[in-house]
Amino acid sequence: MQHRSRFLLTVLSFGYAFLYIPLISVVFYSFNKSSLATVWGGFSLRWYGELFRNDQVLEALALSLQIAATSATFATILGTMAGLVLVRFGRFRGRTLFSGMIVSPLVMPEVITGLSLLLLFVSLQQLIGWPAQRGFSTITIAHTTFAMAYVAVVVQSRLTSMDESLEEAAMDLGCRPLRVLFDITLPLIVPAMVAGWLLAFTLSLDDLVIASFVSGPGGTTLPMYIFSKVKLGVTPDINALASLIILIVSVGLLLSWAAMRKRSS
Amino acid sequence: MHKGHTWERVITAIPYLWLFLFFLLPFAIILKISLADPVIAQPPFTPMFDEQGNLSVSFDSFIFLLTDKLYAITYFKSVMLAASATMLCLLLGFPMAYGIARSEPTTRSILLLLIVLPFWISFLLRVYAWMGLLNNYGVINNMLMWIGAIDQPIQFMYTDFAMLIGMTYSYLPFMVLPLYATLERMDLDLVDAAQDLGATRTGAFWDITWPLARPGVIAGCLLVFIPAMGEYVIPYLLGGGESLLIGRVLFDEFFVARDWPLASSVAIVLLLILVVPIMLLQRYQARDAENA
Repeated sequence: MQHRSRFLLTVLSFGYAFLYIPLISVVFYSFNKSSLATVWGGFSLRWYGELFRNDQVLEALALSLQIAATSATFATILGTMAGLVLVRFGRFRGRTLFSGMIVSPLVMPEVITGLSLLLLFVSLQQLIGWPAQRGFSTITIAHTTFAMAYVAVVVQSRLTSMDESLEEAAMDLGCRPLRVLFDITLPLIVPAMVAGWLLAFTLSLDDLVIASFVSGPGGTTLPMYIFSKVKLGVTPDINALASLIILIVSVGLLLSWAAMRKRSS
Repeated sequence: MHKGHTWERVITAIPYLWLFLFFLLPFAIILKISLADPVIAQPPFTPMFDEQGNLSVSFDSFIFLLTDKLYAITYFKSVMLAASATMLCLLLGFPMAYGIARSEPTTRSILLLLIVLPFWISFLLRVYAWMGLLNNYGVINNMLMWIGAIDQPIQFMYTDFAMLIGMTYSYLPFMVLPLYATLERMDLDLVDAAQDLGATRTGAFWDITWPLARPGVIAGCLLVFIPAMGEYVIPYLLGGGESLLIGRVLFDEFFVARDWPLASSVAIVLLLILVVPIMLLQRYQARDAENA
């Protein structure tokens, strides 16, 4: 470390301890035998076993995964279109409004997004009778809307940093613009689309606030289930569930990090 | 809309319509409902046009918001708490980002990964983790009692302190990442040159590092402040029944009190408070995209 100073090392150690001690303590207590979440009663895998026998958890997980996969796919399609429009299609009437609408969901507080979408769904239901029931479809639409903004940003930055000469060469050689899009541009931005899909998937899996607004009876996602339980306090089975999620995310991120390093070196 | 090919028009129109329908239109509806009166009906608010087709608009919800002392206190408290969390994030995040930017490339990428990792773990679970630490019989109290610093557990949970810690913890990565991005781009030779020419270390920091890092500082502060203002999970899980923050009040006003016009007005006033920070952030991000 250049300019190595004791002060920086101290702050870094403190900062990382601050970030990781809470997570480590959750994992530690998930192996607690006692049903009192914070009193140590010996090592046990009991709560992991109970987790897999809990139908409510499994149902909520299944719903969350379905919503996440569907909304991430829609968000990737719509976000890629939006990114292309902003970078490659030049100026058109309404462009300012378009780029404003694209980035706004990124900075909007979740309670406002949630409330506004719920009011839309209620109004639509009165006008045209759809959506008759709030749940899978309404949460998927809400998640698609805010996740497509993230995808658009990722695709946009890939397109701006990309060399346009390949597309121009194809065009000069007589390739039709639509074929250039499908044969050259899209294959080149596939990594950005994959990254955008993963981001959208994670954001959807994590979201509690917006889903709580736009869901209805019966539509309980995993975060909604966890929230309804932890409102009453710390419970050992949620510790086990949290630990599993921490484990999966860490392994996934480490693998993609290692893959990225390998490719760049 | 578009002068190009038909397919270009189609590709533009699809996301445009989607955003119009699911982003812009909902805001118009919030505005409309905020100008209605609550009634016991389905839906629980008065229509904008009565049976004779006359426009019926009421500013009662806004007048109530502006004159009710409890709401003034709630907004004030939300601003203060979000601002305090932003300051704490900056105080901790700046030296962290500086330290990361100054480390060896291999260490740097590991340190960055460790900043990003908590961001991918659900927000709810990260707040939940603090419940286990701050509890009366939680890790911190047990530790303090074990070393004999206290005999009785300290009440951390359900206090403003707990909410402040929760916010600082949850939003710290949002501060570190933009700060790191600007500090990493900075030319270190400038600081060395200033010191060679006789500047003190603090002098060089305030004259060179700080001004160059300012875009990152502004972006980081806004990225923490804006979501912290509308926070719902943290006041629910870490704050007590007394500790009202605006995000939670909005939710309860809608789902518990079922006063839709008031909830919509609360959202609009929140948006008005945030309009300047949000526009600043968008301008910064647009400029950053051009520079990248």
